[in-house]
Amino acid sequence: MDAESLLLSLELASGSGQGLSPDRRASLLTSLLLVKRDYRYDRVLFWGRILGIVADYYIAQGLSEDQLAPRKTLYSLNCTDWSLLPPATEETMAQTAMVKGRFMGDPSHEYEHTEIQKVNEGEKIFEEEVVVQVKEETRLVSIIDQIDQAVAIIPRGALFKTPFGPSNVNRTFEGLSLSEAKKLSSYFHFREAIDLKNKTLLEKADLDPSLDFMDSLEHDIPKGSWSIQMERGNALVVLRSLLWPGLTFYHAPRTKNYGYIYVGTGEKNLDLPFML
Amino acid sequence: VLEIAIQNAKAYLLRTSSKSGLNLYDHLSNVLTKILDERPENAVDIIENISQDVKMAHFSKKLDTLQNENELLPMYEIAEMQKTLFLQGNLEGADQELEDEIAESSLPNVMESAFYFEQAGVGLGTDETYRIFLALKQLTETHPIQRCRFWGKILGIERNYIVAEVEFREGEDEEEVEEEEVAEERDNEAIEADEEEEDELPKAFYKPPPTIPKEENRTGANKYVYFVCNEPGRPWVKLPSVMPAQIVIARKIKKFFTGRLDAPILSYPPFPGNESNYLRAQIARISAGTHVSPLGFFQFGEEEGEEEEEVEGGRDSFEENPDFEGIQVMDLVESLSNWVHHVQHILPQGRCNWFNPVQKDEEEEEEEDEEKEEKGEDPDYIEQEVGPPLLTPISEDLEIQNMPAWTTRLSSNLIPQYAIAVLRSNLWPGAYAFSNGKKFENFYIGWGHKYSVDNYTPPVPPPVYQEYPSGPEITEMDDPDVEEEKAFRAAQEATVFAAEENEETEEDEDED
Repeated sequence: MDAESLLLSLELASGSGQGLSPDRRASLLTSLLLVKRDYRYDRVLFWGRILGIVADYYIAQGLSEDQLAPRKTLYSLNCTDWSLLPPATEETMAQTAMVKGRFMGDPSHEYEHTEIQKVNEGEKIFEEEVVVQVKEETRLVSIIDQIDQAVAIIPRGALFKTPFGPSNVNRTFEGLSLSEAKKLSSYFHFREAIDLKNKTLLEKADLDPSLDFMDSLEHDIPKGSWSIQMERGNALVVLRSLLWPGLTFYHAPRTKNYGYIYVGTGEKNLDLPFML
Repeated sequence: VLEIAIQNAKAYLLRTSSKSGLNLYDHLSNVLTKILDERPENAVDIIENISQDVKMAHFSKKLDTLQNENELLPMYEIAEMQKTLFLQGNLEGADQELEDEIAESSLPNVMESAFYFEQAGVGLGTDETYRIFLALKQLTETHPIQRCRFWGKILGIERNYIVAEVEFREGEDEEEVEEEEVAEERDNEAIEADEEEEDELPKAFYKPPPTIPKEENRTGANKYVYFVCNEPGRPWVKLPSVMPAQIVIARKIKKFFTGRLDAPILSYPPFPGNESNYLRAQIARISAGTHVSPLGFFQFGEEEGEEEEEVEGGRDSFEENPDFEGIQVMDLVESLSNWVHHVQHILPQGRCNWFNPVQKDEEEEEEEDEEKEEKGEDPDYIEQEVGPPLLTPISEDLEIQNMPAWTTRLSSNLIPQYAIAVLRSNLWPGAYAFSNGKKFENFYIGWGHKYSVDNYTPPVPPPVYQEYPSGPEITEMDDPDVEEEKAFRAAQEATVFAAEENEETEEDEDED
């Protein structure tokens, strides 16, 4: 959700029960403004909160002019002092894939797990147990990236792609209509397209290249990993991810208000196929 | 010449498109009119979109008064329903009645708790909370309710549940108990009828384990009655009371709620009941696990000849401590032993008070003492399951793989002198409690599932039954091949000749 319209956005997303206390709200409004100035971001999003056992991480993201360019992620424990996180790489992904359990709330905390590695010594192959240590900060980076890749979403039409490449905020976007808002196909993953390239020409025939340049939620795997609900009569559409419980997307149809927030433990729901 | 060129150009612009029937001249003038009317900032950047909008406007359906748009209906429907919440019950309302009502009111102060929970960073928005508040008011007015509480909200895939926890006034819920009993009897009859029909068929060796009876209303897991609704303003639905078997199975499965109470639960092991039963079982489990209060807020009531019960399953009644003086907020944050469970632990059996399944039906109540002596010698004797007693400090709670079951927090570090203590359950994500030293409240919002570090594994199916013991009567013989058949025929022919010669005597032997 946009840091500038934080209060309205929190009110719209409050149906999932995860808000912010008044002092956190106030300090976010102040500190994110300063973040925008200091790091020279075009837009600052309040991304959400990862609940730890000892403390919670508050996460914000800075966007540059090109909305789909890699985002900068910042975290804070007290909502006032922000620190920049390094970008996620494949290496960090592989390192943290083995870690499970809850976050602690201490970036320097180290998770330990043993890995069996094969060591060649001459002709013989030994299996050796190696203790691998992963810092919580690394895990935080990789989890945020995974969530962004999997479930960060925006409504269709909110961004448009210029012929020169960069995608910008669509100023004429006036919200989805009611009938569109109920369909998963009107929502896009907020990242560079992956599946779109694999589509056949026939499937791509009806797409508008300046609007439909991202993957829609329609073909997400597993099927049924989104809960889509109309709230307050029909005045608000809320999407909740079942794959990453805690992610709430809200959009008031026919208005420009949309956004998503993640408040959760930072764990993927691997049990999903059993639960549907 | 210039004029002709202009006219030519205009004529070109006015040419209607063969596909859409529009012409560029009109389109451009429409676009420019729109821009000049609306005067957007940096219009040149969004000229493409404006042009598209103008074209789109041609296709918007023009509805007359006879064709109303249908899709707006639900919006008005819920507004109509919620409007009734805002209407005052009786406008004639004598003041006297109003005063009585306020004095007797069983309605909780939802907004006050919501205020405290907001300090903790949880809770629904003010607007939604107030609507729920009004819905609870409607509930307490239409039902004979002694005590009522906003339990929380359970998220579902299609719709959510708002859950209210109520206690009926003494003697008001009896009718429904009778109805349930009748239903149970019917079930029993049906089972008996089935048995009679099956008399002739071979009987299975499998004996179903004795069903464990459900707990009476007002005790154990059925201490409170729960009402749910999907949205404030919609009718409240009473959930059925929970059976021990449902709790036992609910522990083994993990399913999302859909939001429809009559939705079937498709799971392995099969769940006895539909979603309303599953919801009720999860509510019972969450309440038992997460409802906590500051130490000393409740105390055990004065026992009056209930010693027998005490022996069976620990005391299950408590009352508010009138002398409770409050605990310092800092103490509540720093030590978990200042918090106690005030809902009974549910035993593995699915009941709060242990029930001995080996009891014999006839002797059930009359000879309790004798039975107790017998139990020691009984080979079927099952050890009594014991849970932690009521009002046990939560510091005794089991850890989840080296992770504490609770997280405590001060609501604000900026102004600690007015902050409150906030408790978050790690075992049931979404369960919260707060206390400002004197007051406390519990609240749940989430998907209704227990936390586990490891992935969910459905239980393995039971082992396959043993095969029928293989013996000569079911063993298959090899078919004879051609040579054997020839030999057999030759032997037969030989016997025929022999029979002709010897007549009767050797016939029997050959046939064997």
